[in-house]
Amino acid sequence: MDVQTLTPLTPVPPVSPETEAFWDATATDRLLVKFCNSCNKVHVYPRAHCPFCFSVDTEWRESPGEGEIYSYTVIRRETPPRVVAYVRLDEGVILLTNIVGCDPNGVHIDQRVKAVFPRAEDGPCVPAFVPASPTQELAYRRECQGAESHEKD
Amino acid sequence: MGSVAQSVYIAGIYEHPTRKAVDKSLGQLYFEIAQGAVADAGLSLSDVDAFYCDTDAPGFGPLSIIEYLGIEVRHYDSTDVGGSAPMVHLSHAAQAIATGKCNVALVTMAGKPRTGGRGLDTQPNWAVPELAFELPYAHGVVDQYAMSAMRHMYEFDTTAEQLAWIKVAASHHAQHNPHAMLRDVVTVEQVLGSVMIADPLHRLDCCVVSDGGGAFVVVSQEIARQLKRPRVRLRGAGEAIRDLRGGTADITSSGAVVSGATAFAEAGLKPSDIKYASLYDSFTITVLIQLEDLGFCKRGQGGAFVSDGKLISGVGKLPINTDGGGLCSNHPGNRGGMTKILEAVRQLREEAHPAVQVRNCDLALAHGTGGWLASRHGSATVILERV
Repeated sequence: MDVQTLTPLTPVPPVSPETEAFWDATATDRLLVKFCNSCNKVHVYPRAHCPFCFSVDTEWRESPGEGEIYSYTVIRRETPPRVVAYVRLDEGVILLTNIVGCDPNGVHIDQRVKAVFPRAEDGPCVPAFVPASPTQELAYRRECQGAESHEKD
Repeated sequence: MGSVAQSVYIAGIYEHPTRKAVDKSLGQLYFEIAQGAVADAGLSLSDVDAFYCDTDAPGFGPLSIIEYLGIEVRHYDSTDVGGSAPMVHLSHAAQAIATGKCNVALVTMAGKPRTGGRGLDTQPNWAVPELAFELPYAHGVVDQYAMSAMRHMYEFDTTAEQLAWIKVAASHHAQHNPHAMLRDVVTVEQVLGSVMIADPLHRLDCCVVSDGGGAFVVVSQEIARQLKRPRVRLRGAGEAIRDLRGGTADITSSGAVVSGATAFAEAGLKPSDIKYASLYDSFTITVLIQLEDLGFCKRGQGGAFVSDGKLISGVGKLPINTDGGGLCSNHPGNRGGMTKILEAVRQLREEAHPAVQVRNCDLALAHGTGGWLASRHGSATVILERV
């Protein structure tokens, strides 16, 4: 597998005070979502206020980072082709992401996926998703390690 | 509100014939479309007292281009909702005329994406709140529309063949348009055989990239009565914004659900009253979803509605985009809203090409989807009537 499919594409976002906690968490392989204590709903992308009830009583919650592919496309204009997708987290919200560490031709709607946190060269880790089978995750981690050792060469 | 819209008319239209403006500045294109539209109305630029443009107009809002043209206005609006901006501008101009803010509103749109009249921003504006959570995934406009198409296929068994019929219909119309970029009639097989850009959208599911533009003139009833042109009245208008709504959105429908219902209610009409429709066709899926959202067919049945030539003038039940649309004729400035309104006016005036002119075309609809179908976009609908 090509290393390009494992690393997020630049540019990497700068950290803002409103979302600093999100990016701190991705650096330790954790996905945070915003939860509203007023209406008990999760929203993405994370905001200081709740876009459903406008309360500012929101807090960060750790998501298991599991869900299914809601929709996707394979970007055929690039070599190798790459997958951009909406993943519906088990919390019920859809977020934009890349599906990595697998053959783009095997990706399908409703496929179970799990969050991974590819290391960026500079800036925060940007979460992506891999198919949620144990072998696939293992293969992905091996590829990442290979990529890191390759970078050190 | 109904009376506001119904007292306002489109008196003049002009579409720039260029598709590749090598030898003209963007400012020149604006002058030529402005001049063309007021001349078509039987007016002059000195009669214009209101000006509308989107942010493709070079300069700060409308300031630079108003100065360049040399016009003097007392009302203006540079709301930018991409390709739906001209429909929004028409509606806003109508409100301004109805409330006495102006009498002759010039709505413009021009762009040069083919020959590079406008540079792209190289630095992302990270103050845009969603950008940090989207830009790193590096995808383009076509990928957004592709994701809507993919989900639509999943939920409703819509097929690539059905989407291809939308392009086939456009090509049947474009063969009669001497200015169209793509004039060859294509088949479903040719669409499906073209290179895959972003699953499930092929190259021929995508609109062209062209230079050019167009303009129209909106006037009060008093002025319309003094002019010798056929009278086209704005009967109803609606606008809406659709976005991801905190992650709860349905990407198989658009803001047309709201903008269409608003326009039909204001017009006192229903979809079956419409004889011709100009529907935004950045990609084939855009057309299909709009047909459902505007109520021309039920949700999920767009695939059957567009198949077997049902959108071809003289053949099908609902002729659309008889100029060839963005899929074949042009998509100036990567925005197709202006040309949608212009062809609707041509149909109502019986000035469309004879081969595609809809008979007894007294009611037409034009709809724009500006932005990204699967995330955030502006939707705007106008219903026009020949009186």
